[in-house]
Amino acid sequence: MHIIGKGIMRKDSLEKVTGHAKYTADFESKKMLYGRLVTSPHAHANIKQIDTSSAEKINGIRAIITGENLPLTGEEMKDRYPIAKERVRYYGEVVAVVVADTPFQAMQAAEAIKVNYEFLPVVNSPSEALKADAPLLHPDLENYEKINMVYPVPGTNIASKTKIRKGNLEKGWQESEVIVEEAFAFRPSDHAAMETRAVFAQIHPDGMIELTASSQAPFMIKRLIADYFNVELGRIIVNTPLVGGAFGGKASVQLELLAYLATKAVNGRLVKIVNEREEDMVTSPGHIGLEAQVKLGCTKEGILKAAEILFLWDGGAYSDKAIDLSRAGAVDCTGPYHIDNIWCDSLCMYTNHPFPAPFRGFSHSEVHFAFERTMDVLAQKLNMDPLELRARNAILPGHTTPTQVVLNSSTVGNLPECIRKLKMLLNWEEGQVIDVGPNKVRAKGVSCVWKTSTIDPDASSGVILTFNKDGSINLISGVVEIGTATKTVLAQILAEKLKMDINEIHVQMGVNTQSTPEHWKTVASRGTFMAGRAVLTAAEDVIKQLKSLASFLLRASTEDLEVGYGKVYVREEPKQYIPIKEIAYGYSFPEGLSIGGQMIGRGTYILRGMTHLDKETGAGRPGPEWTVGAEGVEIELNTRDYTYRVLKAVAVIDVGKVLNEKTALGQVKGSMSMGLSFAARETFRFDREGRVLNPQLRTYRPLRFGEHPKYEAAFVETPHLDAPYGARGVGEHALIGMPAALGNSLSTALSVKINYLPMIPEVLWKMKERGK
Amino acid sequence: MTEKIAIPLNVNGEIREVVIRPADTLLDVLRNELSLTGAKPGCLNGDCGACSVIVGGTVYKSCIMLAVEAIDSKITTIEGLKNSPIQEAFIKHFAFQCGYCTPGFIINIQALLEKHSNPTYETIKEWLSSNICRCTSYEEIEGAVFSVVEKSSDE
Repeated sequence: MHIIGKGIMRKDSLEKVTGHAKYTADFESKKMLYGRLVTSPHAHANIKQIDTSSAEKINGIRAIITGENLPLTGEEMKDRYPIAKERVRYYGEVVAVVVADTPFQAMQAAEAIKVNYEFLPVVNSPSEALKADAPLLHPDLENYEKINMVYPVPGTNIASKTKIRKGNLEKGWQESEVIVEEAFAFRPSDHAAMETRAVFAQIHPDGMIELTASSQAPFMIKRLIADYFNVELGRIIVNTPLVGGAFGGKASVQLELLAYLATKAVNGRLVKIVNEREEDMVTSPGHIGLEAQVKLGCTKEGILKAAEILFLWDGGAYSDKAIDLSRAGAVDCTGPYHIDNIWCDSLCMYTNHPFPAPFRGFSHSEVHFAFERTMDVLAQKLNMDPLELRARNAILPGHTTPTQVVLNSSTVGNLPECIRKLKMLLNWEEGQVIDVGPNKVRAKGVSCVWKTSTIDPDASSGVILTFNKDGSINLISGVVEIGTATKTVLAQILAEKLKMDINEIHVQMGVNTQSTPEHWKTVASRGTFMAGRAVLTAAEDVIKQLKSLASFLLRASTEDLEVGYGKVYVREEPKQYIPIKEIAYGYSFPEGLSIGGQMIGRGTYILRGMTHLDKETGAGRPGPEWTVGAEGVEIELNTRDYTYRVLKAVAVIDVGKVLNEKTALGQVKGSMSMGLSFAARETFRFDREGRVLNPQLRTYRPLRFGEHPKYEAAFVETPHLDAPYGARGVGEHALIGMPAALGNSLSTALSVKINYLPMIPEVLWKMKERGK
Repeated sequence: MTEKIAIPLNVNGEIREVVIRPADTLLDVLRNELSLTGAKPGCLNGDCGACSVIVGGTVYKSCIMLAVEAIDSKITTIEGLKNSPIQEAFIKHFAFQCGYCTPGFIINIQALLEKHSNPTYETIKEWLSSNICRCTSYEEIEGAVFSVVEKSSDE
């Protein structure tokens, strides 16, 4: 391989280090109007009256939009008005949008709008939502329009219920000699991407609707606007330039709907809306919360026999992506183990909290925190090394997943090998807890992980390759560059296939849904896999065309030709060749006669073999493959004041094949960082009325420079045969194990069960001192 | 509403005249009046450092500084840095992913290195903890800073 695996420089490097890289909010125009949101200061209330009279008198106000005559929206179930109608259900919900000539005027008007609320009782957690006497957040639940695999329970706050029934649970308990049961809880939090969501929209005189949005899902914006507002699909164009961090948060479609309504309200004039940080955190969708109960049974030898799991997801006020999140959590509810008997109910609950978007790992770090913490509790009860317990139960080819997919050596990675490497990197034999006194211990904790992607079974990805006259190629893909360097990796895949210089591949960074082939959404660690396959198909297409034209010129049949190094050449006589640049735009004979024309390659890929899940058992194939990994942390804890530092974080991931060493490492380390930040510090603080008390980066505090541990990443390479060069997804997986590994290290160090996030010193103190 | 005023700003070695409201922040003026969009809005509250620029040799968060405060000072934005060692080190060390926080980090490190040619880790940490990066693990940024510091102390 000449370029696959190498740490090739990112294609967006120079733009990004010089400040010239453009993100959505960086585009300005003199003719722009500015939208500003009016949001609810209450988590649950009836809207009695909205008084816009003084706002209307402010100079430069072009429109004030409130929630009348709007359709219900929601990606899986339509339960949300884009602007609240009659009732608000979460703190930060949009109640009006102001459009003005300047941002300052828009802000003045937004502040001048008076809304009269009548308070309603608040549902402040998913377990409260489940109570028989809980206020019903969506009395119309049974009438909502929904898609496949959405199972609401009308008359309750259950937006959807996913069931996993594998084997015979009763038999599992009978075979179990050791049983443990644990409960877990954490509140919603946020992605806190550095770029807040931004969008601008206009409607052209010919009726074409054009949006530019900071999004992971420009093609979904197009599809949903068409669906919600009954517009022809082809009349919508969505542009997405570079995106300043996404982490799942920009896979939801929310602010874009407001921009469309805003431009419509001002006769199609260009309107820009940029979220303030506070709005980005609470108004736009965030990171889901969870309450979980996990009961595990095993033999004395530690062989798992039964798992009984209940998830109550904090789905927030509206179900949008929360239903999908609750389903994905059920799909991989156990962690990467072979268990014959599994029962899981995964309930997506309505609460009066901000509603969630996907978050990097798509429910897996959440589920793994509960499951992998319980594994440690079980190991302790068995008096067994926690890694040994995991190794004994590791999922292997031939085993089945909770949704009863039979795995093979392509569809699942090599977990035992990951565990073996982790042991070495963590220096596991040294012991899990070491007293380094006074009042100081060092402790290690581990977690195994797995994840498949649960994206739509008909999701597809397309790629177009166009030649330039000098033989270089433009690579056009619908993948959004959100920071993962996927487009650089796609260029590597193409360079490898065509045996060409990567500097002669020009990648189109932005997406325009009219001229760029569709990539479903840039989510689920599926960009490289799906778009990579499309690149390979498009490359084959180009090779075929090159050979076909060269065949005449070289007087050899296509079967005897090869493409590479900028040439089409005769396999046996490489000196007989024609440079690609002489045929990339067709071929001209000396007298001027020409044939061919610009060569254009095309490729498309659709996932193979995905199915819907059975309503009663969950049986079905949700994703193409399972990436597995083993992760650990080492901490130093002060046992007197409960402060601690993470010294080291390790992740061993079976990536199938490393395509770009540097960007793969970047994904793994960045994931670990985000996972530790989520586990150790990040949460929304709600008051009793369901208001978020810390929607800003001063009080919601992610990890900062200098607080980071030493990171180590290692790879195992078990190829996924369907994927380009065997590569598995790697963008999320190292995040998944961090909360559980950290929880396990702290629980071991303190000899208490730390089952709540975030694990701040105060939580540790409370858990430890509670018993005294 | 207050009258707009015309002020000169010395940005990246050029004197630029802008007509602004006295209450306009330096960040807004750089971005909207001068089309220098390298400095980014991240929080408009001084919490994240994405808007960092150098004013008179000191790093400021331009989202919480008024443009009028920068009259008579030399302002350097990311667009004013060309082929600096730290920019090259960021590329080599993959010290960015989405790139949104990158101008703020680079400007902050540039100012740090201008003040301290051989900073201790504590000094680096003190300076850089004012910026947030959500994509990298910070280790990559640390590697980029160290590589520049080592190179300059070798010379």
